[in-house]
Amino acid sequence: MRLLLLVTIGGLVGLACLVVPPRAARVITVGAGLASLGLSVALIPGAVGQPLRLGFLRADALSVVFVLAAGFVYACAAVYATGYISTSAPAGYQRRFLFGLNIFGWALICAPLVDGLALLWVAIEVTTVVSALMVAVDRTKPAAEAAWKYLLIASAGLGIGLFATIIIYHAGTSVYGLSYDLTLSQMITAGPPLDPHATRLAFVLAVLGYGTKVGLAPVHTWLPDAHTEAPTPISAMLSGALLAVSFYAVLRYVQITQPSVGGTFVHIILIIFGLLSLLIAAFSLITQQDLKRLLAYSSIEHMGILCLGVGFGAPVAVAGVLLHVLVHAAAKGNAFFCAGIVMHKYGSKDIATIRGGLDKLPWTAPLLVVSMLALCAFPPFGMFRSEFMIVAGGLSRGPVPVVIVTVVLITIAFVGLIRVATTTMFVPARPGTPAAALDRAEPSRSMIIPILAGTAVLIVLGLHPPALLMNLLTQAVHEFAGGVG
Amino acid sequence: MQVVAPSAVNAVASTIAILVLLVEFGMLRAGLLRSQVRLYAVQSLIASLLAAFLGVVHQEFELFILAGLSIALKTVVVPLVVLRLVRQSGTAVTVSGSLKPAGAALIALCVAAFSFFAVGRSGLKVDGLSPTVLGSAVAIIAVAFVLMVVRSDVVSQAVGFFSLENGVSVASLVVAAGMPLILEVAFLFDLLVAVVVFGVLMRVHHDQHDTLSTARLTDLRG
Repeated sequence: MRLLLLVTIGGLVGLACLVVPPRAARVITVGAGLASLGLSVALIPGAVGQPLRLGFLRADALSVVFVLAAGFVYACAAVYATGYISTSAPAGYQRRFLFGLNIFGWALICAPLVDGLALLWVAIEVTTVVSALMVAVDRTKPAAEAAWKYLLIASAGLGIGLFATIIIYHAGTSVYGLSYDLTLSQMITAGPPLDPHATRLAFVLAVLGYGTKVGLAPVHTWLPDAHTEAPTPISAMLSGALLAVSFYAVLRYVQITQPSVGGTFVHIILIIFGLLSLLIAAFSLITQQDLKRLLAYSSIEHMGILCLGVGFGAPVAVAGVLLHVLVHAAAKGNAFFCAGIVMHKYGSKDIATIRGGLDKLPWTAPLLVVSMLALCAFPPFGMFRSEFMIVAGGLSRGPVPVVIVTVVLITIAFVGLIRVATTTMFVPARPGTPAAALDRAEPSRSMIIPILAGTAVLIVLGLHPPALLMNLLTQAVHEFAGGVG
Repeated sequence: MQVVAPSAVNAVASTIAILVLLVEFGMLRAGLLRSQVRLYAVQSLIASLLAAFLGVVHQEFELFILAGLSIALKTVVVPLVVLRLVRQSGTAVTVSGSLKPAGAALIALCVAAFSFFAVGRSGLKVDGLSPTVLGSAVAIIAVAFVLMVVRSDVVSQAVGFFSLENGVSVASLVVAAGMPLILEVAFLFDLLVAVVVFGVLMRVHHDQHDTLSTARLTDLRG
């Protein structure tokens, strides 16, 4: 019942937003976001045991981790959007925006809950088309350009993902006969009898295809543009949830193909993609001049870290990866929300013109510094814990030179992020510049609330994660490694 | 490549797959946006015939339904939507590209040859069919990528993506003929949604830039 509610509420509220007055649409959007988050949390106790099933839906521990990330970002974006969208904007625009936001959030929640690789592909394609429309919602020239590039590159990538789905179906025919449903349980339990030629091909195609949506280098080129040009709540959802949900698809392929093709092959491919993403992102972070683009490259960095964590193969690293998905959702959501307020205040995304943030934005500026520190994996935030687990896993089982390179690249990325956080927030605005003339005030209270919530989550996950959540992660790692469920 | 005894099924399937590939080359060669869209319609029709043919061979009624749906969607609805947009745009209706047709065809030939070689080496086997069929399907996908890369207008790029999907459907008919109809219909429905969104964004692009060309999309560089 909870499952059914979870996969219907966002969609229905999205449709309702098209017909009700904008004021009511805001209220029901916030309601849908918070209800989705509540229902996602309510799935945890059930998923720690056997997978929950209902028709085409299935929730095991692994999928619930991603549903939590999607639900949290959806709820935060819904609250943030009420302050972000100007009440004086045309009613049609407000309705369109809230419709898109709800449908996007709904699709993000559905993707990890569908039972089957074909349906998973369909759900991820739906997230692509909805989010591409939302990137272009402001109808500016750069937004149209970014949306077109995103749609074309991501769709082409998903074309390869579809091919992977068909090849894995072919691999399964050696076990289940010519006609069968491509359900997750069947594919996970199939194990070694799957044709290794076909599974190897399917895995590589899936990493490349879904990897395009995860933002793995060298197929990441759509990501910085789309994240930069999208409206801020959508940027946060793209970065915090969409990338993670696409990574979920990659994880499922790892889970299914690993018993048949062996761990080494899978790990090498993931380490190559992970290192390349981390390398490109770390050096791009140092040279960025645009606040949102900086955060977009940071997303590529963190997706690289996720790939490396799975590539290291140690259970503690995989647990770290799943925790990282959750903390990245909170930290990156926060960072984008803060960046949105800064842009609103200064009327610019250019790092060179944003100065004296601490003087002008009493709440946002400290929160931006905190989220940047969290993204750099500073203690006491959750990302310190997750990256520590990934590196510890790498040192225990992965190739040590790769772990050393990873740590060096993460440090380079840290320099890029912290440089921007300090210059924009701590360096006072020079007298006579437009930044100096701004008054000291926050644009909207409802835009601050989700950032405070995100910060609380980051601290709790860093200092003392709830036992129930850790049980969920342990169960997910167990399912992932053992191929049961 | 392994040798498979010639059979009527194999021969017909190979011929259809090669025909689809040839039409893909034709799209690379086409000079007018309109003729490119029409070639896409022809390609979809041929690919749907493969579904109908396999329906006869395997005596699967589901494959006939799939063929019918795919003809309705891919040879009628999608081309009509795209042609309408081309007509309304009123701007340049000739395709623009960074390469001359001969150069593009040469690259596409190399890519197609590589696809056949790669499928041969991959060790994938399909009972009763020669590797030519699967090789053609992969070559269609690869040449569709070439089409998307060398063309610089939104219509050609979108049509390139749609034809990529044709390549994947040929592959699915060959290696996953027993896939339940519901999944195939889900894929088709998804394509329909993608077509609508491609249409909307093509229109947004045209409104913003007053052209269908992507040559001026150079502000954002990753």
